[in-house]
Amino acid sequence: MRFVADKLDGEYEAGVPPVRTIVLDRPPVPVAPPVRERNPLREPAPSTAGAERLRVSDLSISYGGVPAVKSVSLSIHQGEVLALIGPSGCGKTTLLRTLNRLTELTPSAARAGQVLLDGEDIHELVDTTLRARVAMVFQQPNPFPMSIFDNVAFALREQSRKRPRRRELEPLVIDALRRAGLYAEVSGDLDRPALRLSGGQQQRLCIARAIAPRPEVLLMDEPCSALDPISTGVIEELIGELRRELAVVIVTHNLAQARRVADKVAFMYLGDLIEYGTADEVFEQPRAPRTRDYVQGTFG
Amino acid sequence: MSVYASQLETGSPPSTKRGRRSSPWTWRWRDRLVLACAWTAGLGLCAIAAAIVLYMGYRGIQYLRPGLLFTRPAIGQSQTQTGGILDPLIGTALLTLIGIALAFPLAVACAVWIAEYGRPIWLARMVESSIEIVAGTPDIVLALFGLSIFQLGLFAPLSFRAEGGGVYGRSFIAAGAMMSLIALPPLFAATRDGLQAVPEHMREAAFALGKTRIATIRRVLLGSVRSNIATGVTLGVSRIIGDTAIVLLLLGETLHIETQGPVPVANLLRGTGSTLTSYVYDNSPAGEGAAPQKAYAAAFVLLVFVLGLNLLVDKIGNGSLSSSV
Repeated sequence: MRFVADKLDGEYEAGVPPVRTIVLDRPPVPVAPPVRERNPLREPAPSTAGAERLRVSDLSISYGGVPAVKSVSLSIHQGEVLALIGPSGCGKTTLLRTLNRLTELTPSAARAGQVLLDGEDIHELVDTTLRARVAMVFQQPNPFPMSIFDNVAFALREQSRKRPRRRELEPLVIDALRRAGLYAEVSGDLDRPALRLSGGQQQRLCIARAIAPRPEVLLMDEPCSALDPISTGVIEELIGELRRELAVVIVTHNLAQARRVADKVAFMYLGDLIEYGTADEVFEQPRAPRTRDYVQGTFG
Repeated sequence: MSVYASQLETGSPPSTKRGRRSSPWTWRWRDRLVLACAWTAGLGLCAIAAAIVLYMGYRGIQYLRPGLLFTRPAIGQSQTQTGGILDPLIGTALLTLIGIALAFPLAVACAVWIAEYGRPIWLARMVESSIEIVAGTPDIVLALFGLSIFQLGLFAPLSFRAEGGGVYGRSFIAAGAMMSLIALPPLFAATRDGLQAVPEHMREAAFALGKTRIATIRRVLLGSVRSNIATGVTLGVSRIIGDTAIVLLLLGETLHIETQGPVPVANLLRGTGSTLTSYVYDNSPAGEGAAPQKAYAAAFVLLVFVLGLNLLVDKIGNGSLSSSV
């Protein structure tokens, strides 16, 4: 079904994020919108929270003996966006990268505690299987130096032992591009080199690539920090759409962004999880003084 | 009071001319000598390069006829009876093909191992120094080593055999195997440098999509270092084309390409022949050949090939060929 299509790309007033067509492949989960006063400027998106997907329990990470994350416990639910906020070097990115075991690639990293994906310890899963289920989008757009089609197909191809044909892959690739809101802009020529796209388009291509194999969790490491405000607006809107079908964990330095996109917010400071709760709680009635200072901009 | 640019007089247009500098004539004589040496060395090398190309061009073009490239060499008393350089041309092409075909998988696999695995570190160091040793070995030493290897009875099926049945250790495959060692170091270095220059986030992106290391190497990394590999191949080709010692010792230096045995391709690989370099040597006033003029023509052809390849390397390096990725 078609969803929100006020204005097509092209002219729009300066500063207002463009509204683009995003086609959903299945109707949104019908959950009654909870009544809450969040941001009066923006109509709050209906919550789509579902079952628990990831559970982090008592997780500690250290690099060569220096602790980066100190016994953090939290849970991530289907259909909601969790924003990890905190000043630089507080362990947000380390925590995020542990969720799909990318920290393992750093030889000096040591870990204690557990991360459960649907009840299974992620360290018991085969790494490639885990990473196909927990996809990641990075800070810098990093498409591979291949065509747009091959970038998205790359994620799908190696999953299956037999190399699928282009004809079989094409609908899946187009579907992923469509869900990432990029298809309308690139439909003319999918064989164009991905590096010729603009920064915002490249980042949406990376999102398409990540969601193509239908992961359960999408990790985003400051996905907008290398982008301009208009592209940022597009991606934030996309996150709002994507959370209907998966759990999203986003690391951000931008508090306003956390406020715009997140359902839950976790505030970290020097490796400790200081506060974890719904966005309203953390921003409006923070329990810890540290959190209050940070969200009010006293430090950070 | 501060002065703004708009308040300055606008009489003279902006100039790129530099301000007044000290004159060399006021310098100490030693500094002047160094300055003079630097200028002379630079200009002198330009002159030498120009002299080589112009002289070889002058002597070469005099005797270069299209027919020369397409006729086989012949034995003759006078220069007009000695035929063309078709066999050396084919020999050069064939030897290059064999050398690169053998060096390519070795060098690329080696570079991938060094850049992407490279553990344990002592083994990686050993592999790199082995390649440096191969790169530093004079080609005549490599040729002699190759000769002693391919003369073994074990390798007899790989080389040309004289009527009597003695093993000679000379063939295209023997020379090509040693040529692959000549082409390997530049090809290895270019591929390794390319892989090491691929940013780490590219690998992480692939890992985060649930890819294994080998899938990342095959699909992403090797694709993105294609232009480096092309540079390496081109460098390797120009090294092979220019090499003489291995041809003299291992290719048999026969005037014509001689085949050995009845099997179509294998007989060529087992056969002997010559290349442009050995043709130039044989026919130069230093060799026994009777066609010094044709030696100049062949040398000119060789020079054009090698200079063309070097130009190609520059072009690939500048990305004018790789920008179509």
